[in-house]
Amino acid sequence: MRIRLNLLFFLFISIGHSQEEKVTYDFELTLEAEYRYFPKDAAFEGQKDHFPSLAIRPEYSISWNQGDDALNFKGFFRLDVDDERTHWDIRELYYQKTKNNWEISIGLKKVYWGVAESNHLVDVINQTDAVESFDGEQKSGQPMAQFSIYTNNVGTFDIFYLPYHRRRTFPGVKARLRFPLVIDKDDLEYESDAQEWHQDFAFRWKHYFGSVDIGLSHFYGTGREPLFVFDTLGSINAFYPIIHQTGLDLQVTHNAFLWKLESIYRHADAQEFFALVAGAEYTFGNIKSSGIDIGVLLEYLYDERDQLALTGLQNDIFFGSRIAFNDVQSTEILIGGIADLKNSSKIFSLEASRRLGASWKLEIEARLFSHIDNRELILSNFQEDSFFRLSVLKYL
Amino acid sequence: MKKIILTVLWLGFISGMNAQNPEQKGLEIAQAANKADEGFGSSSVNLRMVLKNKNGQTSEREITTKTLEQIEDGDKSLVAFNSPKDVKGTATLTYTHKIGSDDQWLYLPSIKRVKRISSSNKSGPFMGSEFAFEDLSSDEVEKYTHKFIEEKDGFLIVEQDPVDPKSGYSRRLVSYNQNKDYRVEKIEFYDRKNTLLKTLNYGDYKQYKNKHWRSGKMVMTNHQNGKETTLIFSDYDFGLDLAEEDFTENALKRIGS
Repeated sequence: MRIRLNLLFFLFISIGHSQEEKVTYDFELTLEAEYRYFPKDAAFEGQKDHFPSLAIRPEYSISWNQGDDALNFKGFFRLDVDDERTHWDIRELYYQKTKNNWEISIGLKKVYWGVAESNHLVDVINQTDAVESFDGEQKSGQPMAQFSIYTNNVGTFDIFYLPYHRRRTFPGVKARLRFPLVIDKDDLEYESDAQEWHQDFAFRWKHYFGSVDIGLSHFYGTGREPLFVFDTLGSINAFYPIIHQTGLDLQVTHNAFLWKLESIYRHADAQEFFALVAGAEYTFGNIKSSGIDIGVLLEYLYDERDQLALTGLQNDIFFGSRIAFNDVQSTEILIGGIADLKNSSKIFSLEASRRLGASWKLEIEARLFSHIDNRELILSNFQEDSFFRLSVLKYL
Repeated sequence: MKKIILTVLWLGFISGMNAQNPEQKGLEIAQAANKADEGFGSSSVNLRMVLKNKNGQTSEREITTKTLEQIEDGDKSLVAFNSPKDVKGTATLTYTHKIGSDDQWLYLPSIKRVKRISSSNKSGPFMGSEFAFEDLSSDEVEKYTHKFIEEKDGFLIVEQDPVDPKSGYSRRLVSYNQNKDYRVEKIEFYDRKNTLLKTLNYGDYKQYKNKHWRSGKMVMTNHQNGKETTLIFSDYDFGLDLAEEDFTENALKRIGS
């Protein structure tokens, strides 16, 4: 309690102190109109085909002390046909103090770790906003106290205290990309008696030597990913286990080549496994002086959980191409596919974006589930859920 | 007294250049320009980039740049976008090296990701502009071979051939103003086929800390596609006293938040 009071006092002092100095404010607002269409007949009762949706993202930041003190806020609200996808979140709301080579952040924050494109194994701090996007790159704000210190010779060290666990939201009755049984997020149990209040900790070391960037991390606490147990009757039991996860991320940047490795070892009482992504990215830059860059991506994905891997990426190959036109409108296209090496399952994807004028943006996404093997525990539920998404964003 | 002696020695040194071959003289001019700007320590500046196509339609970007001077190796820089809004917060951290390729990290604010990127694609356009990445990176003497061409209207013209085969240029002609501490007035870029590609004109020069000349307006004209990009610099600040820790991955994430 005393620590908390001291902290408040510290915050008060730093804010009070600022009044005579230059304070910078910034407010941004993004509006999004989205339309998702699933052309195939639904596999399960109640699922819809058309999903018009609206989203709003306000951002506010204030900084003083020449940027050494800052308060950042990013909010999010979406209105959707699926009641579960209609949701709001505080993506970020944190105070940050920087002094010389260290910084401290307190509040809700997003943190990203990792180097791979097709799967994000190492990235373990934030809960995935699973209803927001298919690729798992949208995250919920995580309550934390983060201390980070930079050293010239031995890299950057980060320590995280994570006092509260946020549950993953699952698609509702009307939604696609779900299991036959609708999972309510509050139905999931916790392994810990402390429930969401289990006190979690994480540590990361990040450094670079010439062309090598390396990160080593460890997380202890309630896993962000629920553990699914399928019984013989086919019913699902899911809970959040207490996990230890050690992660390694490594990238070697050599000329136009990026060599990447991400690997984790996760230990829980009910489950223990190893997973990795390894691959390369090569970019043909400024092809024939056109300004266009074409990147080629190839990654191998392995997960020891096999059928129980939530991502369905247990022994797969990802291949893709990123085309950046580097034009005035910043047109970009990412096309790719993931193919299972043991069966016929494939997922193809396309993501494209282009700025319109100065403050509009158009985004297109398509995911195609092809020849999904019926034995796939997770993916087989999605075989009718190929979709097309169109978004128009306006920045105010 | 000491200063006068040094100046006399320096003048003697400069006039002695005439006796040298063009390669030596070219190198010495580039070194003199570099030397004249030494000691700026660190700086920050806001810049507006105006892109104009051949029909006269324009679009703008706003960028903040911070630079930390390094003596032994190339400078460090942090570049952050403020507009267009969809790329606001996108930022790069670059450690320039005098020899070999630069180290560069890109910050993507939407997913909070820092990605080490390859710096080998230096000839590509920067954000759809007529500036290539290599035009905007720290100009180190070691990145070129030099050859003095001529003296014209008080300007010393030096031909510089990029050492890196990945450069988009076969050569460039740089006009140094010997009466103004060897500041650069103009650069003409020749493509790989040795055809004139672009001209960069430096204008609105101002001197800071009684020593360092900085151009307030740079205009890059592409002769082959008729497009033009103008950089307008404002709020140059040499008093921030930036340090190594202001040029780290943490600093990159902070500037984009």
